[in-house]
Amino acid sequence: MGADVELVSPFVLEYAYKRSTGPVIGRFLTSLRDGRIEGVRTAAGRVLCPPVEYDPDTGEDVQDFVEVGPCATVLTWTWIDAPLRDHPVQVPFAFALVQLEGADTSMLHAVCAPREDMATGMRVRAVFRDERVGSITDIAHFEIDTGVSKDLVPNEATEPITRFKAPTRLEYVVAAGATTAEFLRGVLRRELIGRRCPSCEKIYLPPRGSCPTCGVRTTELVPMAQKGTVTTFSVIRIPFEGQVLEPPYAAAHVLLDGGDTPLLHIVGDVDVDLVRMGMRVEAVWAEQLEPTLASVRYFRPIDEPDVPYAEIRGHV
Amino acid sequence: MALRDVHVAGFAQLPNRMNLDDYDEAEMVQEITAKALADAGLERSDVGFTCSGSNDYVMGRPFSFAMAIDGLGAWPPIRESHVEMDGAWALYEAYVRLQHGDVDVALVYGFGKSSLGSVDAVHTLELDPYSLAPLGVDPHAMAAMQARLLIESGETTEAKLAHISCRSRRDGNKNPNAPHADEADADALLADPYVREPLRAHDLPVRTDGASCVVLRVGGGGPRIRGIAHIIDAHQPGFRDLTTSASATKALAAAGGAGGVTVAELHAPYTSQEVILIKALGLGEDVTINPSGGAHAACTPMVAGLTRIGEAALAVRNGAPAALGHATSGPLLQHNMICVLEAE
Ligand SMILES: [Zn+2]
Repeated sequence: MGADVELVSPFVLEYAYKRSTGPVIGRFLTSLRDGRIEGVRTAAGRVLCPPVEYDPDTGEDVQDFVEVGPCATVLTWTWIDAPLRDHPVQVPFAFALVQLEGADTSMLHAVCAPREDMATGMRVRAVFRDERVGSITDIAHFEIDTGVSKDLVPNEATEPITRFKAPTRLEYVVAAGATTAEFLRGVLRRELIGRRCPSCEKIYLPPRGSCPTCGVRTTELVPMAQKGTVTTFSVIRIPFEGQVLEPPYAAAHVLLDGGDTPLLHIVGDVDVDLVRMGMRVEAVWAEQLEPTLASVRYFRPIDEPDVPYAEIRGHV
Repeated sequence: MALRDVHVAGFAQLPNRMNLDDYDEAEMVQEITAKALADAGLERSDVGFTCSGSNDYVMGRPFSFAMAIDGLGAWPPIRESHVEMDGAWALYEAYVRLQHGDVDVALVYGFGKSSLGSVDAVHTLELDPYSLAPLGVDPHAMAAMQARLLIESGETTEAKLAHISCRSRRDGNKNPNAPHADEADADALLADPYVREPLRAHDLPVRTDGASCVVLRVGGGGPRIRGIAHIIDAHQPGFRDLTTSASATKALAAAGGAGGVTVAELHAPYTSQEVILIKALGLGEDVTINPSGGAHAACTPMVAGLTRIGEAALAVRNGAPAALGHATSGPLLQHNMICVLEAE
């Protein structure tokens, strides 16, 4: 990749999911909100905590709920010196598998204790948050069991938990890739550079490194004309979130002269009611160029006769 | 009904590198599928079924597998499927598809990049959304808890784990498809600080970008799939004996056992997981483990498992009477696939 422009961009993927709980998990979370930990008993008599809807050994429905804990035994652990943003505790702590009293399985959670006191087999006790919402993090952490439990702050809520918020956020740094980078460097010179497939000879713009029809690398760079034909369009009349242009405006497929794939762009400098299929247009560049297709501000009409539909029908 | 004999007719991979920025999805797929078909002596038009493994969270864009199809030359339209898993599971689907009897060649690929975002964060999202994901527990911490159980039960030591890392990285340095790793003395590594006690940096996988492709064919020669099976355990780590992998043991039995196997390619990102798999699969001293450096030396998400099967096929081509390819999915070896290949 050229050193002239660093074609990488931060990108964040976020979803504001809510999850439904179902009856078993819902009851578990409701109990946590109320300051109690419950497991479920299988037909074979094992007590599973955290609860699941089916016995993982047999696939049978689980039977009744059983209160477990709040004391537990550490089965294994690891030390977190520098907690990550998403960790439940923001000072040095241990992640551990803890087997709650009365349960036959262990649960993963945080243990807050001095590093030198951490040991497999140690006895710990769940510490509940004062404000509880129906989440595994209603248990703030486990601490060394001293035989004395902290008074539980009572919870006013009485409705059973049936759903909860589970937002998702992932961060990326996306690189343009060699093919797109080459195209975007051309844009910085006010050039639109396509790529031709050596097999079917189609010219792709924006360029593709691989011809989707033939499955071979495209090799030849083709500087494209900056005039073209509107093959199809849509007038956007309503506002929406993230909109850059003032409605109404026309989004269009513009087939550059000599090209084979239309470019999705904007038609400007014209009353939207006059935009039509077959209309001849040319690129209008921004004064300040940036390595994105927004450096072409829009396409504007030119004084040339419309192209008949028969000549563009394969490119709408 | 007798099963049709399926052979690994071709295999290709992009070199696993810390960064394959120059390639987009379609370009990765174009290159590996073209190379694997050339390796098999087949054309795109010979392929009757195509199946891929990838993950949109890893690639950071919705429908990344659909963009990747541009690398296939899917015209006229092809029969195609996808799993949001390692490509090894795409291979399993393709194997089953070939048993239908109407097509004889299947193209299987996986692609993934560690360089775009945080694979660790993606693994955290894959955990149980009620009891694990809200704790933000990272995969290294999970693996460390498993490793401690292994060490405290006397199955291994920190020093043995360091030796596994040294061997894997040394072998990886001989494999042009693994990234270069600095080789260090195992004793010196033990002086390093813990990342997640008892695991140090050398115990963790080297995360890479890459892609690999396997061509399966009914008949026609090449390493034959003697048995293939996959089995899954409970998702909750606290519900399982983490010092072994019950599902790996069962999958090997379902695949007909490891008789005659002299090479095993194990999908063990963490050094401690190699110890667990060797025990769960009952592999003896006479079996060479991960001559490619394994998934420890080059851990490309959605690819490392399929590559293990491809590397096992290469071992058979290079003279091993039988070789085992293993792939894993889910936290702490939850879901395991075994593919035993033998010389025809
Ligand atoms: Zn073409």
